[in-house]
Parts: sequence; structure tokens; C-alpha cells
Amino acid sequence: MEIVMAIVIGVLFMSATYLMLSKSLLRIIIGTGLLSHGAHLLILTMGGLKRGTVPLLGEEASAYTDPIPQALILTAIVISFGVTAFFLVLAYRAFKELGTDNTERLRGNEGND
Amino acid sequence: MSLLHLAIISPFLFAIIIPILYKLFRQVHTGWFVLPLPILLFSYFISFISSTSNQEIITESVPWIPALGVDFIAKVDGLGLLFALLITGIGSLVVLYSIYYLSKDKEKLNTFYVYLLLFMGAMLGVVLSDNLIVLYTFWEFTSFSSFLLIGYWYDREKSRYGAQKSMLITVLGGLSMLGGIILLYIMTGTFNISEIIEQAAAISVDPLFIPALICILLGAFTKSAQFPFHIWLPDAMEAPTPVSAYLHSATMVKAGIYLVARMTPVFASEGLWVWLIAGFGIVTLFWGSFNAVKQTDLKAILAFSTISQLGMIMSLLGLGAAALHYDDIESSFFGAATTAAVFHLFNHATFKGSLFMVAGIVDHETGTRDIRKLGGLMNFMPITFTLAIIGTFSMAGLPPFNGFLSKEMFFTGMVRVLELNIFNFETWGMLFPVIAWIASVFTFLYSMILVFKTFTGKYKPEQLEKKPHEAPIGMLISPIILASLVIIIGFFPNILSNTIISPALESILPNNTIDVHISFWHGPTPELFMTIGVIALGILLFLTLPKWRKVYDLFPTKLTLNRLYDGGLAFTQKAANKITKTYMNGSIRSYLVYIFAFFIVILGTTLAVKNAFKLDTSNVSSIGFYEILLALAIMIGSISILFVKSRMTAIILLGSVGYTVSLFYVLFRAPDLALTQLVIETISVALFLLCFYHLPKELNKERMSFKLTNAIISIGVGAMVTLIALSAHSNKLFDSIAEYYIENTYTEAAGKNMVNVILVDFRGFDTLFEITVLTIAALGIFAMIKLRMGGGKKNENK
Repeated sequence: MEIVMAIVIGVLFMSATYLMLSKSLLRIIIGTGLLSHGAHLLILTMGGLKRGTVPLLGEEASAYTDPIPQALILTAIVISFGVTAFFLVLAYRAFKELGTDNTERLRGNEGND
Repeated sequence: MSLLHLAIISPFLFAIIIPILYKLFRQVHTGWFVLPLPILLFSYFISFISSTSNQEIITESVPWIPALGVDFIAKVDGLGLLFALLITGIGSLVVLYSIYYLSKDKEKLNTFYVYLLLFMGAMLGVVLSDNLIVLYTFWEFTSFSSFLLIGYWYDREKSRYGAQKSMLITVLGGLSMLGGIILLYIMTGTFNISEIIEQAAAISVDPLFIPALICILLGAFTKSAQFPFHIWLPDAMEAPTPVSAYLHSATMVKAGIYLVARMTPVFASEGLWVWLIAGFGIVTLFWGSFNAVKQTDLKAILAFSTISQLGMIMSLLGLGAAALHYDDIESSFFGAATTAAVFHLFNHATFKGSLFMVAGIVDHETGTRDIRKLGGLMNFMPITFTLAIIGTFSMAGLPPFNGFLSKEMFFTGMVRVLELNIFNFETWGMLFPVIAWIASVFTFLYSMILVFKTFTGKYKPEQLEKKPHEAPIGMLISPIILASLVIIIGFFPNILSNTIISPALESILPNNTIDVHISFWHGPTPELFMTIGVIALGILLFLTLPKWRKVYDLFPTKLTLNRLYDGGLAFTQKAANKITKTYMNGSIRSYLVYIFAFFIVILGTTLAVKNAFKLDTSNVSSIGFYEILLALAIMIGSISILFVKSRMTAIILLGSVGYTVSLFYVLFRAPDLALTQLVIETISVALFLLCFYHLPKELNKERMSFKLTNAIISIGVGAMVTLIALSAHSNKLFDSIAEYYIENTYTEAAGKNMVNVILVDFRGFDTLFEITVLTIAALGIFAMIKLRMGGGKKNENK
């Protein structure tokens, strides 16, 4: 299963990179969203998959899934959400102020370089 | 801290209180406060003569950075003392001269004297330090204070240009010298010159020996304005004349000569050292004297003359260094060549200092330094004229002045080059006396131009800004003292020989006793006929000057060293600008391309070089039906985002990917993750939709254009991540530490949900700062929406 997941993650990274290289701000942010999904799944996959039951002691099972990657991913999800939300509002404000979401046109003032 | 250390740093200390004195006593010329210091230092250094002439060396040490072997070791030996006397002696005279030269009402005297004192202290430090790092520190201080002094009239374009040029060139040499010092340290393990000299024989076979030699020489050549680094010196003439007299004739430009003399015992065993110094010296001698003839500015003539004379001293030092290869030093000429170098070093400081002061007086009293406008000043300025005669005749090498003696000794050295039978001198040595003789003719010529074009001939009052008259007596004192030295040493050269020259020789050529005796009359030797030839041809050329002056026009004006320097500087700036503009194009896409490409290349190369890719299937878990279904869904979802036409669809697809990920969390036994992912994906999609709603209508239909580079790079990134994930998974080295958490979650932390216990108990700090991140994001969003500066308002009203 880990091999399949590695390919899935590769596809997610590929799409994310392609989107991040585009000109539109919104697509770039979609790209970062895909990238964080890829990263989270990567952490989970590297921790090992399907090696026991859910990490709840009440289950009385003989083996549990590794809880550490899950805790790490939970932290990462929240942080990437915060950053994504901030970026989205930043893009919204940038469009309001500047009238474009094309990064090729967001190049600073001509006289200032 | 000994008295000697105090003497070296006293100018620095004194520089601190100069601005205070300047502000307190506005009606007194600040120079009067400065004057006692160099006089005091001069008398202090005079007191060392008795000990150095008995070949005693006074060493005082103060620890500075003992851990790195850097201590401030002050050492007074013959060579150091000669320079220290020059620095303080001429320093006193220059300060005195500057009191009359610089007006106390128009000039910012506080800065002038602060810079001058900085320079004086730095120069004393250079010549009296035994530790190379300390020497280098003071060396850069001289470059730096010289830069400040050349740019003293900083509102003039040319001053700034000259200051920058001298800074760039001398600092180039200084840095290379530092490299040489470090190489010496690697070879010997010490920074102390006297200890390095003791190991000289051992390091001469080291592979780093030649690089160290070249690095040190580059430093000396740039500082002492040797060909082709001489170009900064004529432009440094924009400095006030006292500065030119002090720095650019008597002291700073001799720092390189000092360095060569000081390092001679270390490097002289190498033929390259002898050849480089003698060769560059003789070329500089010729080139300087040849160019001096075509100058029309008094100070420019003097600048080129300084270059030429420095070349002469350098070439003598180079030939003198060959002395260390012979056992019977007294019978050979090398001792004589080094004696001539040291003697001329002293003589040059005296007559060149006085000549610069004379040029300053002429400038001060007539308003111009252009020899085409000057003429016939003899009757107005008789004393200045006399001083000029003494200085220039000494420079030209005429009896009975001291220049004559050193020039004779110089010829002796050059003629006897032919006796050398080492380093291939027997084949090329013939060039030395020939070039030296031709250069001397030019030296004679420009000396005559300098004095006769200025003081004799037709008086042209209409071209002068002021009515010329004799300078005030205060301005004349310093050049009179220097000129009297020229004459006294001319008649009684041996007052110097045992007191100053002989101890200095002792430092340059250690363990050899050279009997210094300078006599006026050698008898009918070849040197005498060479001098007569110089005078005869010089007079002939001077009288026919207008006829052959056109020779100088034959030289291409486009192929000069100055143009090379300016062009090189401009080219560097242009090229750097161009290179930067090619990759810093302001487009965020390009930067991402660089970053991703770098990522792919570095990781790919590492994988390939280290042969790290490994696929191990023994450790993988089984594949289930639902997982395959979800994997297909997520892959199709993410790839189709790339191809959809509308952004709406893209956002919905992103949402679908997010929900599929949370289904994965369900399948992979991570309930908390699934919950969080579900909620957060919902909020994110809502936010995306909010943004989408506000985006411009005309851009709505814009499709994502396909680009091959983007495709290649993204496929590369994806492939690289997959490869690394696979090899990382196949290379598991240790078991997880999860067992500890599973065992202790209930017993230690009283919880049954392991993930939550890790988040708040075992690793609670992460959670604390994750909360902080969310808080900051929330506050940031709030601030972004609420706070508007200036232009925001009008967009809002639309």
C-alpha cells in the first residue's frame, strides 16, 4: 500500500507544482492546498499504514497504529489552514487594491527597481 | 603598555581631542595644537639612534589576541627607526606648512588634522610592528586615512574619483597581502616577522612559498605605485598639497618599499623575488620618468616623478636581495645596491617633500599649477626659486646635492648587474643599466622643465589669477629645512651612514656587516661618464623639447592604463547589472522555477551519485479495494484541476481532494485527523469561494495556458518526491518510539486517546504555538481587512 501511496503523493506534488507555476493567484493558492495534502499524506505513509487498530486504548487491541505521525499531521493541518486562510484574504485584498490577480503584473513600481 | 606603544598610538589618541580643541579655540589655527606631537615623537625616536647603531633591537610586546598568536609587538630596529624618523620629522614639517597653507576660516581644519593624525599613527604602526596581522591592520588604516585625505575637498568630483581609485587599488593590494600573511602563517605557524625570518630557509621549499611571495609583492606594488598599479598616484594629487607632500611622496608610498625591505630576509632566497622587484622597479622607473615629461601640471610632474623614483628604489632593493646568495658580501656590489636604496629612500623624502611644498607655494601665490601659464616667477619669488633649484637639481642627480650621491650609487648597482651569475642575469642583465640610463635622462629632463618653465622665461601676468609675490615666511620654513638637509647630506653624507643607514641595512640583510662609506669622488669610473652623458643629452633634449614633443602624440590615447581601469570598472558594473537582470526579472514564476529546478537537480544527483534508491517490498502493507478506489479518486481529482476551464470547478475539485484525504484518514485508522480534515476542508472551500466571488469577471474565463517547462518541472518534482518516499520507506533503520506512548498514555497521563494525549500532554508545547499561529493568522486577517492606509479609501468608495 505504501508504494501506491507514494505514487499518489507524487501526483499530488506534481499537480501542486504545476499550479504554483501558473500566473493566477487563486491557482497558486489551490496549489499550496494540494501541496499540504501531499505533505500530510506523506507523513502518514512514512509512519507505516494499517498496522493495528485506531490509537484509542479503549479498543483493547493487541496492536495500535503509530499515534505520533497523527499528532504531527494534526498540528500541520491546523497551521496550514491558518496560513491558507491568511493567504486567501491577502489575495482578496491584493485584488481589491490592485485590480489584478495576475502575478506577472504584480511586479512593483517601475521606478523603484 | 610601554612608552613605545604609547608613542605609536598617541596620534590616534590625540585625534580624539582635536575636534574639541577646534570647537573651543576657533581663533587659533588648529594646526598649532597638532604641531607639538610629531616634534615630540621625532625627538623620542631620535633617542633610539644610539641603541640601534649598536645593533640593539628594542622589542616591547602587549597581548592583543593571544589565542590567535596576534600580539601588538612593537619593534625598533634600524629600518623601522629610519621610517619612524621620516614619518615624524616630515610630519612635523608638513603640519607646520599646512598651518600657513590651509586657511582657518575657509577649511574644516578639524577633519583635516584628525585624518592626518590617523594617518601618522597608522604609518608608525606599520613600520614599528613585528606582528604581521598588526602590520596589516595599520596598513589598511593608512589606505583608509589616505582615502579620506584625498577626498578632503569632497565637493569636487575629481577628488572623489581620485579617492575612490586609490582606495580600490590599494585595498586590492592590501587584501592580497593579507592572503600572503595567512600563507606565511600556515607555513611557519607564527605571525611574527622575526620568527618567520628564522624559518626562512625551511619554508623556501614549501609549495605555498611562491604564492605567498606573489601575494605580498602585490600588496607592496599597489601601495608603492609600481607599474601597472601606479595609476592611482597622479589622481591622488587632488588632495591638498601638504597631504601630497606627506603621503604621496615621503611616507605612504614608501610603505610598499618598507614591506619589500622587511620581507627581503624571508623571500630573497627565491630568484623570482629578485627578478620581480628589480624588473617591475626598473619598468616603473622608466615609465614614470618618461610620462612625467609630458605633464603640464606641477603636481602631476611630481607625481610621475615619485612613481619613477619609487621604481628606482624598488629595483635597487631587488638587486640587493641577491646579496643573500653570496658569502663574501663586501666584495660584491649587492650591499652597495641596498645601501643605495636606503640612502635614496631618505634623499627622496627630503627633496620630494620640499618640491611638493614649492609647488603648493606656487599654486597658493599664483592660483594655478599649470606650467603653460606659469613663467618668469624668479623675480617675484626668489626664495621659492632657490628651493626649487635645490630640490630639482638633487632630483636630477646633480652635484653637490644628495641626489647626486644616490644616483651615482644607483648607477654603480646597475652597471655591476653584469657581474651577477645567478637567476639568468647574465643574459638579460644588460638591459638594466641601459634602461636606468635612459630613465635618468628623462629624470633630468622633467626636473629642468619643472624649475625652468616655472621660474624663468616670459612672465604672463594676464594668465594668472593673483599677482604673484613671495610666500609668507611660515610657509617657507618647512621647505627651507628640507632643502638644507638636501645640501647638508650632499656635502656630509657620512653623518647618516653609521647612525641610520647601516642599522637599516642590518635589518634588510641580517648577519652581514656592510661598511657604509659614501664618497663624493669615485675617480673616473663608468658611473661618472654615465652622469656626464645624462647631463649632456638631457640639456640637448631640453633645448629641443618643442621639436620632439610630438613623440608623445604617437602613443594611442585609447590604450592607456587609466582607460583600462575606467573601462574595467564600468564593464564590471554593467556586466554585473546585466547578469542580475537576466535572472532577477521580478516574476515570481521564474523564481519558483529556479527553486524547483534546484530541488530536482540536487536531490536527483544525490540519489544517483550515492546510489541511494532502494525498493524494499518486505515491509509494505497489503492493498485493499477501498484504498485503490480512493487513490484513483484523489489522483484523478488533482490532475483534473490542471485541465479544468473554470476556477469554480477547480475549487470544487480541490474540495473533493480534501474530502478524499479525510476518507483516507478514516481508512488508515486516524479518526481525529478525519474529523479535523473534514471541518477544515469545508471552511477552506468556503474561503476559496469567497475569493472567487470577488475576482474580476473578465479574468474568469482565463484558462491556464500550457507551458512545457512547467510540465517538466512539476513532473520532476512529483517523481522526485515519490522516489525519495519509496527509498526512505525501504531504508527504515530503527523502530518507532510509539511503544512508549502506547504503554504510558493511560498510566502517566490518564487518557485513552493517544493522539490527544500526545497533543496536550506529551508534546503540549507544539499545540501552544499552533494556537499562537492561528491567533496571529486571525489577527492578521482582521488587520488586513480593517486597516487601510491612504489609497485604500477611494477603492472602498467605488
